[in-house]
Amino acid sequence: MFTHLLLFSIVAPLAAAAVISAGLPVRIAKVAAALGFALPALIALHAWYHFAESAQDHGYAFLAKYDTGLQSLGIKLTLGLNGIALPLFVLAGLVGLAAGLYAIQSNAERLKTYLVLLLVMQGGLMGVFASVDIFFFYFFHELALIPTFIMVGIWGGRDRSYAAMKMTIYLTLGAMLSLIGLIAIYYKSHVDSFDLITLREELLANGLKAGVQNNIFGLLMFGFGILVSLWPFHTWAPLGYGAAPSSAAMLHAGVLKKFGLYGLIQIALPLLPLGAAHWAWTLAVLAVVGNIMVIGFITIAQRDLKQLVGYSSVMHMGYAFLGIATFTAAGIGGVVIMMVAHGFSVALLFLLSTSIYHRTQTFDMTEMGGLAQKTPVLAAFFVTATMASIGLPGFANFWGELTIFVAAWKFSPLLTVLAISGVIISAVYGLRSAARVFFGQPTEAFAKVSAEKPPVDLVWSEKFPALILIVALLFIGFWPKSISTPLNSALGVIYPAPTAQLPADNAK
Amino acid sequence: MPHLDILKAAASSNQWMAIYPELLLGSLALVLLALEIILPKKQHAVIPSVAIIGQIGVLIWLAFNFHTVFLKPEHAYTFSGLLHHSEVGQFMRVFFLLASILVCVLGTIALAKQKMPRIEFFHIVLVVSAAMMLLAQSNNFILLFVALETVTVGFYILVSYFRTNPLSLEAGLKYLIMGALSSGLLLFGIVLLYGVAGNPTLPGSSANPMDFTALHTFLLANPNNFLASIGIVLVLSGVAFKIGAVPFQIWIPDVYQGAPTPVTAFLAVASKAAGFSLLLILTQNVFTPYEKLTTPVLAIMAAATILFGNLAALTQHNVKRLIGLSGVSHAGYLLIGVVAAGSQPLAIGAIYFYLFAYLLASFAVFGVMTHVAGGDDADQDLAHYSDLAKTHPFLGAVLAIGLGSLAGIPPLAGFMGKLLIFVAAFKAGLHVLLVVAIVGVVISIYYYFGWIKAAFFETWRAPLLEGETDLRPMCTPVGIMAGVALAMLALATVVLGCYQGAFGDWLLALKF
Repeated sequence: MFTHLLLFSIVAPLAAAAVISAGLPVRIAKVAAALGFALPALIALHAWYHFAESAQDHGYAFLAKYDTGLQSLGIKLTLGLNGIALPLFVLAGLVGLAAGLYAIQSNAERLKTYLVLLLVMQGGLMGVFASVDIFFFYFFHELALIPTFIMVGIWGGRDRSYAAMKMTIYLTLGAMLSLIGLIAIYYKSHVDSFDLITLREELLANGLKAGVQNNIFGLLMFGFGILVSLWPFHTWAPLGYGAAPSSAAMLHAGVLKKFGLYGLIQIALPLLPLGAAHWAWTLAVLAVVGNIMVIGFITIAQRDLKQLVGYSSVMHMGYAFLGIATFTAAGIGGVVIMMVAHGFSVALLFLLSTSIYHRTQTFDMTEMGGLAQKTPVLAAFFVTATMASIGLPGFANFWGELTIFVAAWKFSPLLTVLAISGVIISAVYGLRSAARVFFGQPTEAFAKVSAEKPPVDLVWSEKFPALILIVALLFIGFWPKSISTPLNSALGVIYPAPTAQLPADNAK
Repeated sequence: MPHLDILKAAASSNQWMAIYPELLLGSLALVLLALEIILPKKQHAVIPSVAIIGQIGVLIWLAFNFHTVFLKPEHAYTFSGLLHHSEVGQFMRVFFLLASILVCVLGTIALAKQKMPRIEFFHIVLVVSAAMMLLAQSNNFILLFVALETVTVGFYILVSYFRTNPLSLEAGLKYLIMGALSSGLLLFGIVLLYGVAGNPTLPGSSANPMDFTALHTFLLANPNNFLASIGIVLVLSGVAFKIGAVPFQIWIPDVYQGAPTPVTAFLAVASKAAGFSLLLILTQNVFTPYEKLTTPVLAIMAAATILFGNLAALTQHNVKRLIGLSGVSHAGYLLIGVVAAGSQPLAIGAIYFYLFAYLLASFAVFGVMTHVAGGDDADQDLAHYSDLAKTHPFLGAVLAIGLGSLAGIPPLAGFMGKLLIFVAAFKAGLHVLLVVAIVGVVISIYYYFGWIKAAFFETWRAPLLEGETDLRPMCTPVGIMAGVALAMLALATVVLGCYQGAFGDWLLALKF
C-alpha cells in the first residue's frame, strides 16, 4: 500500500473525477469530490511527517516506478519526493483541499463539471511535484493546465473569452519551449533516459559544453519564465486571474505556477550550471527591474481587487527569480520556502477576494469601504493574508524573502536594495487595499448594495478553507525547520559545493 | 511447353490466403449490391449494418491472424513479388479497416439527412478500403498504380456523392482534375524510372524495373542518374498530392468542404495515411540511394506545409475547411517524421503512432460534425457549434477530446504522437524543422481552441425575434452505434495518451 502512496495521490482525484462524470447525483458527487481532494492532502501530510524516517535513494523517498510502454525511449513513470519536491507536494495537497472545499460549497453553475475539472487539475498538480521523470513532470503540468483554460472560459468573469484565449496561447508557447528544452537535455546527455536521477548523475560526471548549456538554459528560462509570468511575458497573468473562477485561480496562482520555478530549481540549475551562470544577470535584472519594480508600481495603481492580487503575484515571482539567479544553496532554499509561502498566501487572497465580491457585488475597490463594521472576521482574515503577503515575521513568507535577500546581497547589493524596496511597494498596495475595502466610510454604491442585502460575516464554508491556509502559513512561519530540514539535505545533494569550471576535454 | 512452366511457377506464388482481408472486403461489397436487389425496399436499412458488422468480422479475423502472414520468410513476398507483407503492412490493413468501419458509421448518419441512394456509398467505401490495403503492401509500380487509381476513382464518385448540392459537384470536379494531374505526374515519374532502369547499357539494369527490389538495386548502382532523379521527384510529387503537402495542397479546402462529411473524414484520414505509407515504402526501401535528393525536398515541403496549413486555417469559419487546412499542417508534422526516418528508425514508429492518434481524434471530430451538420452538408459554420456543450454534453466532450488531441495537448494520444516525432527530429538533428513545428503548434492552438470556445464558452443568447429562426441546424440525436463508436474513440484517445503499454513497445520497434 505504502509503496504506491504517491501514485494513489494522483489517481484518487482523477478517479473521483471519472466517477462524477459517470453521472452521479449532485449530493453524492460532492462527497466524492471531497474525498478526491482530501486524500491527496492526507497523503501529502503523511509523506511530510514520515519523510525523514523513510528509506531514501539519491535523496528521493517513496520512490516507485511504473512502465507505461515507452521504455525504449527512456520514459518511465517514476514517482518520488526529495527535499525540494516535498514542501511543494504538501502545498499542492493543502491548497487543493482548500480550493476544492471552497468549490464544493460554491453555487457554481454546472457544479459537477466544475468539480470534475478541478479534480483533474488536482491530479495533475500532485503528479507534477511527485514526478522524478522529467517527461511526466511536463505531462502532469499540462494535465493540470488544460482544465484551467476551460474553467476560465466557462465560469470566468469579465472578458473571460479573451482571457482564456490569451492564457492558452501564452502558456502553450511557454510549455512548448520548455518541452523542447527538456527534450534537448534528454538528447544531449545521451543516456536515453528522462529519469532525473540518471540525468543528474551523467551530467555531473560529464557536463555539456558551455554553448549547448547556454542554449538549453535559455530555452528553459524563457519557457518556464512565461509560465511563471517573468516580465515582460506576464500579461496573461493578471488578466487570467482576474477572470478565473476563484478555485481555479487559487490552484493556478497558488500551485501550478510554481511549476516553472520548480523546473528551474530541480532540473535546469543542477543540470546546466554553466548555462545558469551565463543567464544569471539577465534573469536577475528582468526579475528586479521588471517584476518587482515595474509591476510593483502597476500594482499600486490597480482599482480592481482581483487584478491587484493577480499583479501582486506576478510581482512576488520577481523575488523567486532573483533567488534563482544567485545560484547558491541559500538562495534556492529561500525560493522554495517562498514558493510554498506565496502559494498559501495568494490562494488565501483569491479566496477572500471572492468572499468580498459576494458581499459587495463588485471587485472595484473605489466602490467599497467600511466593510469591517459588518464583517469583522472577514476583515481580520484579509488583513492577516495581506500581512503574510507583505512578508511580516511570523508568516512563512518572511523566511523565504529574508533568505533570498541575504543570498542576493553577495550576488549584487544594488539589485538587493531595489528588491528590498519592493517590500515597501507591496506594503503600500497591500495596506491600501485593506484600508479601502474594510475601513473608512462606506461609499454610496456600497451603501446601496448593503442596504438591499446586508452583508453577512464569513460563513464556515469560507472560513474552513481559509483557516487551512492560514494555519499552514503560521505553522511554517513559526517553525520553518519543518520544511528547511529536508530542503537542506536535498540542496546538499543536488547543489554540491561550487565546482570549478569543467575542463574542456571532459565536456561533451 | 516452357511458357506453361513459367505460368505455373508464377501461379505457385499466388497465395490467395495472403490477401484474404482484401478479398473478403471485395466480396462484402458485392454482397451489399446483391442484397439491395434481393431485399424489399423496406428492409434496405439493414444493409449498412451488414456492411459494418461484416467489416468488424474481418477486423476480428485479421486481429487473430495478425502474425500469420509473415511467420515464414517465404511468405513475405507473394504474387511474383507484387506484394510485400510486413508488420507495417498488417498495421496499415487494420488502420484502413478501422477507418472504413468508421466511415460507414458516419455514412449512415449523414445519408439519413439526404435523399440519396444509400447502398452504393457503402459499396464504394469498401472497394476503396480494399485498394488502400493493397496499396500499403505494394512492392511493384504496376500494382501501386492500379491500386492508387482504384482509390482515386472511388473518391471521384464519393466526393460528388451529394450530387444535388452544387458545392459537392464542384468539389468532385476539382478533385477529378487535380487527381488526374497528380496521377499524370506519378505515371510520368514511373515511366522515367522504368525507362532508365530498363536500359541494358547501365549497370544494375533489370528486366523487371517496375519491381521495387530491382529498382532499388539499379538505383544503388547508379547513384547520380539525372533521369532517375527527375523520375523520383515526379513520383514524390504524385504522392504529395495525396497527402496534401505544399505545393500540392491547393485542392484541399474546396474538396473537403464540398465532399460529404464522412467522405471528408475518409479523405482526411485514410487517403492521407495511404499516401504516407506509400511515401515511407518509397523513401525507406526504394529511393534510399537518392537520400541526398529526397531529404531536402521533403524537408522544405514539411516546413512549408506546416506553416501554410496553420496560417490558412487561422481565418476559417467553415469547420470543414478548417479541419482540412489543419490536416495539411498534420501532413507537415508527419513529413518531419519521414525526413527523420532516414537516420532514425524510431521515426517510423512515431509516424504510425501519429497516424493512429490522428485517426482516433479526427473521426471523433468528424463524428460530432456529422451529428451537428444540417441538410446543407457543405455549410457547417463555427457558429453552429455555439452552446453545443450545454445542449449536447456528450458531443461536446467528444469534440473537446478530439480537438485537444489534434492540437497535441497531453494527456491525449495526439500529444504523444507529436512528442515522438519531435524526439525523432531532435535525434536526427532537424533543429530548424523543430522550430517551425513549434511555431505551427502554437498557431494551431488558436483555431482549435477557437472551435472549443465556440462549443463551450459561447452561449446562444440572442433572443429570437418573431419570425426569426435559429440559424443552427437541428443536431441529430446520437444513436447507439454512433454513440458507442464516439465514446470508444474518445476513450482510446485518452488511454493511448497516458498508457501505451505493449502497443508502444511494438510500434517503436517497427522497422522496414
